[in-house]
Amino acid sequence: MEWLGLYNYWVVVVLMMAGFYVVIAQGNLIKKIVGLNIFQTSVFVFYISLAKLDGGTAPVYLEGVTAYTNPLPHVLILTAIVVGVALTAMGLALAVRVYEAYGSLEEDEINAQDEQDA
Amino acid sequence: MIEHNLPALQVLLPLFAAPLLLFLVRWPTLAWALTTAVCWATFLVSALLLEAVWTGGPISYAHGGWEPPYGIEYWVDTANAFVLLIIAGISAIVMPFARDSVEQEVDRDRIAWFYSAFLLANAGLLGIAITGDAFNIFVFFEISAIASYALIAMGKDRRALLASFTYLIMGTIGTTFLLIGIGFLYMMTGTLNLADLAERLPAVRDTTTIRAAFAFIAVGISLKLALFPLHLWLPNAYTYAPSMVTVFLSATATKVAIYVLLRFFYSVFGVEFSFGVLPMGYVLMPLALLGILLPSIVAIFQADVKRMLAYSSVAQVGYIILGFSFASTLGLMAAMLHLFNHAITKAALFMALGAIVYRIGSTRIDDMAGIARDMPWTMAAFVVGGLSLIGIPLTAGFITKWHLLLAALEAGFWPIAVFLLATSLIAVIYIWRVVEAAYFLERPANAPPVREAPPALLLPTWGLALASVVFGIYTALPVGAAAKAAAILLGGYP
Repeated sequence: MEWLGLYNYWVVVVLMMAGFYVVIAQGNLIKKIVGLNIFQTSVFVFYISLAKLDGGTAPVYLEGVTAYTNPLPHVLILTAIVVGVALTAMGLALAVRVYEAYGSLEEDEINAQDEQDA
Repeated sequence: MIEHNLPALQVLLPLFAAPLLLFLVRWPTLAWALTTAVCWATFLVSALLLEAVWTGGPISYAHGGWEPPYGIEYWVDTANAFVLLIIAGISAIVMPFARDSVEQEVDRDRIAWFYSAFLLANAGLLGIAITGDAFNIFVFFEISAIASYALIAMGKDRRALLASFTYLIMGTIGTTFLLIGIGFLYMMTGTLNLADLAERLPAVRDTTTIRAAFAFIAVGISLKLALFPLHLWLPNAYTYAPSMVTVFLSATATKVAIYVLLRFFYSVFGVEFSFGVLPMGYVLMPLALLGILLPSIVAIFQADVKRMLAYSSVAQVGYIILGFSFASTLGLMAAMLHLFNHAITKAALFMALGAIVYRIGSTRIDDMAGIARDMPWTMAAFVVGGLSLIGIPLTAGFITKWHLLLAALEAGFWPIAVFLLATSLIAVIYIWRVVEAAYFLERPANAPPVREAPPALLLPTWGLALASVVFGIYTALPVGAAAKAAAILLGGYP
């Protein structure tokens, strides 16, 4: 049953691949950002999973407790989430301006318009 | 007091100045003046830092008094002080140039925002170079990247938007890969401090986890540094960004990523692991060679000079990675030298091009027909930069190619020596196309008249063009610094 114990990591792998696939395969800019978010979220889950210690408790000093879950990865991921939000905002802002400039969010339609200009 | 806090000031000066600029939205000239002052101050700090580590050895700075490896450490030695000097130096020189160029290419009410993003990008790049903490590298990568996406999207052409979006997607994949790699390292060692990692890695080195960490970090950073074939974001991003952004990013952004890769390969994982246990030399060398050859050939066929120089930048990254792949002191020294020499050479070329854009509003080769008669100084600077790019003796470019040649011969790869000569000839072809159009074609009768660029654009351009000649003759500073940096990177952390 070892694979069950690695349940979190399987979720990470599935999410990572799904997100990565969406980023590459989708031509729509918004869907690309969604894919990118899923991809990043998988990494957040990965960090949080690796901090967990079997039988460990919250990192608050208690009498008689010796095993604590590592809080550092959680803090790192808080930072990474903030970075992810900033990136999403940036990506969406760009998508809005692309839509204003081209009237479309589909990559192939935008490229077709650029080729006409050239 | 100030001396002691130099490493912190290096990053905090531009980082704190960036939000201040937003109070100056209505006074663009004041915003420019403040940015210039900050850039020159950071340049001064980086020069003092280089001087301090050159004579006094590495500096470790504990942020907030939290002792490393528990707190975030800033680590300065000759290798990254050299990189800091390149970034801060280019940003200081580009600022006098920026005033007229940005005023023309960016809307007036966005100029303060523009400089604010520029300072953030600057702070991010300096932070990547100076920090001694793996997670901090990721955060600074994102700070500089998000600011650069904004800067690129400020280009006048609407294609800048999609170029910036593509860069955002590929850049984020790159930094997320880096984040995964750092996660694996933390999983196995329980530390994020680079020096501490280097110490603890050998014990757990022969595990799949560490090999996976290595792979993720290598691919992630390679995306950021535009290693062929991961360079697809670069040509469009450089072509459509405002002139000043192209100058700054081409000279610094990819260089910092290369430095981080060097740090991880040589200092954190160690030469033995990167080039012995894992055959990175045989992975990087073919990529570097293809990365020199193919983009150079593509550059010949570009109708847009900015795009041509962007492809040439991809090829130049190839030269740096080539030196890096020999895994020898001489090769590493050539790589560090080219970081410096290519930064000044390419910045000079893009600045000359920026001055041309200022006058004719186009970067197409056809529109440059005959402009050398009306813009003699600008074109002369372009030619000097071009000569250094090709690697003619008495220019900075020659010094790097010479050291690369020595490194190739030392490693016994004599065909690479021939290859270096052949690819230099390709550079002759694409630079010549511009020279031919500007000097030997007649200006079309219906073309609008042009004048020489204003001195504010010409002086920085010539400063860098002359620097690429001066550092080709008086090589003591770059060669000395590169030799020290190579020795430090190979030696790992003390």
